[in-house]
Amino acid sequence: MSTFVEKLRQYSKPGYYDEFDYHWTMTIDLDRCTGCEACVVACQAENNLPIVGEERFAQSREIKWIRIERYWEGEYPNIKMGFIPMLCQHCDDAPCETACPVYATYHNQDGLNTQIYNRCIGTRTCAVYCPYEVRYFNWFTYTWDEPLEQQLNPDVSVREKGVMEKCTFCIQRIRIAKDNAKDDDRRRVRDGEVVPACVQSCPTEAMLFGNSKDPEAKVSKMMKNTRGYTVLKDLNTTPSIVYLKKVHA
Amino acid sequence: MFDHGQPSYAEVNKDILSTMLETGPKYWMLLGMTMSVAGICFFMPWIYQLFVGVGAAGMNHNAVWGSYLSNFIFWIGLSHSGTLLSAVLHITNSPWRKSIYRSAEAMTLFSLMTAALFVMVHVGRVWFVHWSFPIPNEMGLWPNFRSPLMFDVMAITTYLTASSIFIYMGSVPDFAAVRDASTGLRRRLYTIFSFGWRGTAREWHTLGWAYTFFAVFVIPLAVSVHSIVSWDFALSAVPGFHHTIFAPYFVCGAIYSGTAGIVTVMYCLRKFLGFERYIGQVHLDSLGKLLITLSLIWSYINILELFTTWFGGTSYELEALSFRLTGFYAPLYWEMLIFCAFVPLLMLFKKIRLSWNKMLLISVLINIGMLTERFIIVATSQPRKFLPGAFGFYVPSWIEISISVGSFAIFVTLFLIFIKWVPAISIYEVKETLKPLRRNV
Repeated sequence: MSTFVEKLRQYSKPGYYDEFDYHWTMTIDLDRCTGCEACVVACQAENNLPIVGEERFAQSREIKWIRIERYWEGEYPNIKMGFIPMLCQHCDDAPCETACPVYATYHNQDGLNTQIYNRCIGTRTCAVYCPYEVRYFNWFTYTWDEPLEQQLNPDVSVREKGVMEKCTFCIQRIRIAKDNAKDDDRRRVRDGEVVPACVQSCPTEAMLFGNSKDPEAKVSKMMKNTRGYTVLKDLNTTPSIVYLKKVHA
Repeated sequence: MFDHGQPSYAEVNKDILSTMLETGPKYWMLLGMTMSVAGICFFMPWIYQLFVGVGAAGMNHNAVWGSYLSNFIFWIGLSHSGTLLSAVLHITNSPWRKSIYRSAEAMTLFSLMTAALFVMVHVGRVWFVHWSFPIPNEMGLWPNFRSPLMFDVMAITTYLTASSIFIYMGSVPDFAAVRDASTGLRRRLYTIFSFGWRGTAREWHTLGWAYTFFAVFVIPLAVSVHSIVSWDFALSAVPGFHHTIFAPYFVCGAIYSGTAGIVTVMYCLRKFLGFERYIGQVHLDSLGKLLITLSLIWSYINILELFTTWFGGTSYELEALSFRLTGFYAPLYWEMLIFCAFVPLLMLFKKIRLSWNKMLLISVLINIGMLTERFIIVATSQPRKFLPGAFGFYVPSWIEISISVGSFAIFVTLFLIFIKWVPAISIYEVKETLKPLRRNV
């Protein structure tokens, strides 16, 4: 009976973990974001995102793991424009994780919300439950015209039709960094060793990525900024992405 | 009870068995027609969709759930009154149940099967759909028991199994009657189906308590099934889905549309199988009263849903509400209110309750309203969730519409096959309602 109670207690924790190894976190400084969409292109190249074509784009079936949302404040001519790069928030209490009937999406040891393409049966419940709408479904099997298939990233799987996909925080880069750390007989990955494609490509350095369990990491310091907030905080999803509010002069 | 005089025991057997044993060309024509409609409208588009991907349907990034799911809820809903109503009426000892319950239960079974087909059509990779069952595998993987979809799989399979057993158990004495009235292969088949039923007092006794036991067992099951279907929606944070009223709302709506479905099926049985003698005014009257009650409960819950949304006052919910009431799909919403809340009030008049044609019209309108209700729930809430930058829109594609039409053909096909295999009216229970024969002294 006691083991049963223990099991229950264990199950009530997000991802069933007492503690994460790393807690990968991102901060996005909206004051620095110019909406150039370099991150969108970088993500497209890094993660083998298909180019769906004009027609399917018009049907809003494009796949962009990170997208720039535009918001306007005020009326013309006193109009102010703001951008929010929206990507998977890797919520600690992710609504999508409870939804999947086959465990295709779950929380891993690094505090990442992961998607297992091979396990996905395509009920699309996770996408409905996601308040940020950052989960993308493969409506078709997409192909790459020659010679574009040559530039596919060998570290990332190509997805087939009927599978849900989303931002992974470039998990392939995290894995490589952890492997390197292990090879060097170091115990931990150093701060700045993992850089996702979007962070790497940001010309204004609006994005920062790191392990928030390390108090010395740049990202942990940036998170404490008074401008910091998380999107849709009232839904209590505890996202891993902290946005820094844009300050209007 | 009987509009055209009481039949004798032999007449009951003859009338009901003749629908099984005598098959005319009209039946074959109708069966061929529904089968080809099912093939052309349902299976061909589905096979096309299997090859190209779910993108063949009209869903998109913002609206990942579409008409497949609303059809799924509709069919699950339609399944709701057969077995449930039959069980409730059995326990409350209502004699008018006896001539309609067999077809109502068959309706449950076939609409559940149609609903299950819609799950197959809906998912992206149907060839892996068995992963949602707890099948032992070499990876040691379980399905996710926190997922409402998982609850759904469990609830629906349990309900399907229990309803099948319920309808089979109630048919055993009738299978024996078929066995006794037929020859050749059919006789041998029904010998197996009837488990060697002889009609001894002990057998009747066992059947009686087993049947009552199952009736009691099935009622909470039926309520749970549609509650759980509603949780697929209510357990999400999506504005428009996230209501605690959803479980009773769905259950009530399900019984409502199911009861209307029974009226439609009764009309067809009476018309095409010549059951005027067995399905009469008393059934119509009782079902009409039931429908008014359900329609009032349904309207009340609808008002509650609007009220709590308004009273909650969060900007997301208010936005979802105003889109539902005044947005693109608003005409459908008001159509639903007229068909499901106002038209059924006509049944308050006994004259209308007793007219077969008017009741048919009302029952069909109710089900059209319920179909649109489910569509509205899926299509107006979930494409417009929280971030205005990601608001989307959804219109079904022709493939989805064709598959929806085809699903009705599948249902009718299954029903047509059913009436040739199982007596569509319970022979032995109708006999129970007959007044004892007068003995010539």
